[in-house]
Amino acid sequence: MLDHLEIGGEKLLSRLFTGTGKYSSDQLIPAVAKASGTQVITVALRRLDFASKDYNMLDLIPPGIKLLPNTSGARTADEAVRIAELARAAGCGNWVKIEVISDNTYLLPDGYETARATEILAERGFHVFPYINADLYVARSCRDAGAAAVMPLGSPIGTNRGIRCTEMIRILIDQIDLPVIVDAGIGKPSDAALAMEMGAAACLVNTAIASADDPVLMGEAFRNAVNAGRKAYLAGQGAVREKACASSPLTGFLDGI
Amino acid sequence: MNVYVNGAEERIPSPLSVSDFLKEKEIVSRNVVVEYNGVILKSDEYGSTSLKESDRLEILRILGGG
Repeated sequence: MLDHLEIGGEKLLSRLFTGTGKYSSDQLIPAVAKASGTQVITVALRRLDFASKDYNMLDLIPPGIKLLPNTSGARTADEAVRIAELARAAGCGNWVKIEVISDNTYLLPDGYETARATEILAERGFHVFPYINADLYVARSCRDAGAAAVMPLGSPIGTNRGIRCTEMIRILIDQIDLPVIVDAGIGKPSDAALAMEMGAAACLVNTAIASADDPVLMGEAFRNAVNAGRKAYLAGQGAVREKACASSPLTGFLDGI
Repeated sequence: MNVYVNGAEERIPSPLSVSDFLKEKEIVSRNVVVEYNGVILKSDEYGSTSLKESDRLEILRILGGG
C-alpha cells in the first residue's frame, strides 16, 4: 500500500512529477500524464511567439493535475519573483519551482539567489519548490525561508546521467525536515527507484521521458519505478553485509556434501 | 506612436487599448499574460488601459518546461 505525499496543501498519491519540455510533439503530453499517473506537471513561461499565438499548453494538461510553473530564465531572485507572479497571473496557481541559473554550461542553480527568491515568494503566499544543488546549507536556507520542499539535482539538467551526488542527497533526506524531491539528471527508471529507496519524497522527470523513443511507455516505466522505490523504502531494506549469510538452512545436508 | 512589445519597437495607431492591440494581433487573451510597464494587468483591465508613446508591453504564455 502506498502512502500519500502531503505537500503544498495537497495530498498526492503519485510521487512522480513530470515535465512538459522537449517532447517531439506536445500532443503526447496527455497520454504521458495518464500513463505516468502524475499529479504534478511543470511548465515554463516565455514571451509569446507571434507565430504560435493560438497555442495554450494548459489545454493539454488534464484537469485535476497540479501545475508547477518554473522560473527558468531567471538569473536573479528578483527575476524569479517576477516570473512567479506572471505565472500565477497566467492561471498556474500558487505553486512555483524556483530556478535561478546564471551558469549556461551546467545550468547549476545559484543557491543564494534561490533562497532569497524563496523567502520573498513564501511571504507572498506561494508554495515554493526551490531547485538546488544537493548542499545542506542551501537546503537549510531554503527551509528557513519557507520552502514547501527542496529539489536537489541528481546531475545537471537534461543530461540523463542519473544520480551523481547520492551521498549528498542522502544527507538532505536525513537532515531536512521537508520533502526532498530529486530533480534533474534522472535518466532511467532505476535512477528514480534509487532516489525513492533512499527516502526521497518524490522525483521530477522530464528529459528521460520526453526524449525516450516511446515517451508514453517510459512514463509508465517511471510510474512503476517510483512506486517500487517508495514501497521498498516503506518496507525497510534488510541489513547489508560484507560476508555471505546463507539463505538456506546449513543443516540436514545429504551425506558426502 | 511607438511602443515596445516583447522588447521590440512597434508602430501602432493611436488611441489603442491593450485589448485593441491583442485583437489586432489576433491574440486570444486567455492564452497570455500581459505586463504593462512592469505591472501585471488583470484581463479586465485590458480594455481600460490605453497605450501611450514608449509604453512597454510584455506578452507571455505558458509552454513546456521541466
